[in-house]
Amino acid sequence: MAMDPAALSTHIPSLRRYARALTGDPQRADDLVQDTLERALRKGSLWRAGSDLRAWLFTLMHNLRVNDLRADKGITFPGDEALPEIPSPPTQQDRLALRDLDRALARLPVEQREVLLLVGLEDLSYGEAAKVLGVPIGTIMSRLSRGRERLRALLEGGPAAESLRVVK
Amino acid sequence: MNAPINEADLHAWADGQLGTERRAHVEAWLAGHPEARALAEGWREQNRALHRAYDHVLDQPVPARLLEVARRRGGWLPRFSPMRAAAVVGWLALGGVAGYVAGHRAPAAPVQASLPRQAALAHLVYTPEVRHPVEVGADQEAHLAAWLSKRLGAPLKPPALGEAGYALVGGRLLPGEDVKGGGPVAQFMYQEASGRRLTLYVRNDAEKRTDDVAFRFAQEGKVGVFYWIDGPFGYALSGELAREELLRVATVVYKQSKP
Repeated sequence: MAMDPAALSTHIPSLRRYARALTGDPQRADDLVQDTLERALRKGSLWRAGSDLRAWLFTLMHNLRVNDLRADKGITFPGDEALPEIPSPPTQQDRLALRDLDRALARLPVEQREVLLLVGLEDLSYGEAAKVLGVPIGTIMSRLSRGRERLRALLEGGPAAESLRVVK
Repeated sequence: MNAPINEADLHAWADGQLGTERRAHVEAWLAGHPEARALAEGWREQNRALHRAYDHVLDQPVPARLLEVARRRGGWLPRFSPMRAAAVVGWLALGGVAGYVAGHRAPAAPVQASLPRQAALAHLVYTPEVRHPVEVGADQEAHLAAWLSKRLGAPLKPPALGEAGYALVGGRLLPGEDVKGGGPVAQFMYQEASGRRLTLYVRNDAEKRTDDVAFRFAQEGKVGVFYWIDGPFGYALSGELAREELLRVATVVYKQSKP
């Protein structure tokens, strides 16, 4: 079953949002989206018709990113001094929130950042996130837990608190 | 029996990934555990903060180089057809206009502003489909209703539009792409004897809406959209037909969607 360009196109905005949050940089984000789309069209025959196309695209993007890191031309994250301009910031408040989040996310290990964004921003189920990242669901939950605690500590400006053991 | 609450339940609560029954159980437990409740609410707030920070990307026009990829490769795809190409072109044109408008409108656009646009986009993409217009066909209507109710988090079934002359083709699940994020969206497709198609786009707006919204009409390119918010759902009925005709069908949908 070949890829349907119309169906593919509908997912571009969502892929761009995810890549933007993941890389912290609009230009890199669109590079990553473009590589993902090209790979999707090359590998279209591997996509199982009827399965979730968007999740499959996230899987391709994840694999590309991992391969990029291996090839040592990987994605780097801007420091505090090199934060990107936002092309169309909705409000001043959102701009500040965006900058804070970009900074905080850049300080999370990429494994935690991926889970936080796939689940919290892209609304994937834990099972879907596990498939996309190729890890067991228990790993998703522990990355989510650590990532959320760390993000909370970073946004509050405090040191990363001890990992919480919440409920019995 | 209800298993004891664990941390995974709290994450699932924050992420809206619990079933109705389990969610009620977790919420009852949270009512008696304010610290855990504050923690889980903090996680939910993180999700909202991510949406506030990054959802503007959804409203940006898609860069030409990304659209080029699909267009360039489209030509030799085995399933490529002129109709499909027309759908893409329509989508691109509409997306461009929508992106332009989005870039120039007031920042705090009302929640329901994205509803007719997204509905019209989905209408244009899927109604030309000959072989795969829907994921689940009308022959499995009970399954379709159960599946989409589960994914949208509230009871939902496709309205019967026989009296308006339209038969259910089936439905599909779509990603929520409105500016405030949002979960999955359902699309039901209907067809008239002549082959003309309508789509009903339904998303769960329970967390976002302030009040029910009366019928409104939007013209998105050649697609007319009647939309309204009622109960937990935002509805948008899209079709390429006269406004009065579309209103007639929308009225039938509205009557049936009343709880």
